[in-house]
Amino acid sequence: MRKVKIYITLKEGVLDPQGKAVQHSLHSLEYTNVGEVRIGKYMEVMIEDKDNIEQQVEKMCDQLLANPVIEDYSYSIEEVV
Amino acid sequence: MKFAVVVFPGSNCDRDMAFAITNALGEEADLVWYQEADLSSYDGILLPGGFSYGDYLRSGAIASTSGVIEQIRQAAEKGKPVLGVCNGFQVLLEMGLLPGAMLPNQNLKFMCHHETLRVENNQTQFTDFYKEKEEIQIPIAHGDGNYYCDEATYQTLKENKQIAFTYQTNPNGSVADIAGITNEQGNVLGMMPHPERAVDVLLGSEDGLRLFQSILTHWRNNHAINA
Repeated sequence: MRKVKIYITLKEGVLDPQGKAVQHSLHSLEYTNVGEVRIGKYMEVMIEDKDNIEQQVEKMCDQLLANPVIEDYSYSIEEVV
Repeated sequence: MKFAVVVFPGSNCDRDMAFAITNALGEEADLVWYQEADLSSYDGILLPGGFSYGDYLRSGAIASTSGVIEQIRQAAEKGKPVLGVCNGFQVLLEMGLLPGAMLPNQNLKFMCHHETLRVENNQTQFTDFYKEKEEIQIPIAHGDGNYYCDEATYQTLKENKQIAFTYQTNPNGSVADIAGITNEQGNVLGMMPHPERAVDVLLGSEDGLRLFQSILTHWRNNHAINA
């Protein structure tokens, strides 16, 4: 088995109201050096070993896990012992 | 005219939609469970509001991978009218039948009240009972209704007159105040406001009824020509 860690973030230029709200909240806690905050999603997907696993992961991200209109994704694949 | 109201796990405006068709419009509507759906015999497809699959992942995303989606795509390709309201609109976006995507409302709140919409294009089979630029009262009820598309897509929508409705006072942050869009052929409409909840003065507005009357009249005219 492999553990695939997938990170999904809003594309640059897409307004992230949740990130903005958190940014304001950090400012009100006097973290005045905090700049932009962007909120994304993190997923762990366990996948049986297979050739072209990267290709498979990218396909599932494009098809379902991320919405390419508003989101970007990145991932890493780890061996599970 | 016979409509299918496609019911997903989590749909909750399905009965309102069926009521609008049967009681207000006086036509036929079946509630069709998505797994057992055979849409081939229906004249129009309605995707109701609600929270399909609990809005997990993204609103409408999981419903857009279910088996019935291929049938909805085929119905649209055949030119049948397909109307997606609220979560139904989100499903149409996620399945790629309409361009763009939904983001959470800019103020991060669920909003539920009447909005004034402007009819931007009254030359579609959903809107020809309205006057051009007419202002109508239709309720909204959504948390993820902030319509987003990139500049190129917006220009295409504008050039093809695919923007059917806009908000007078943008409640959710949608690009260019967009409340509802059609596909290029004009037989698929997605909108966040709920026309099925505005079909009787008792509901506060009957401005939504003319949308369904438009579909019916267009279908009857077409049917008469083909017969």
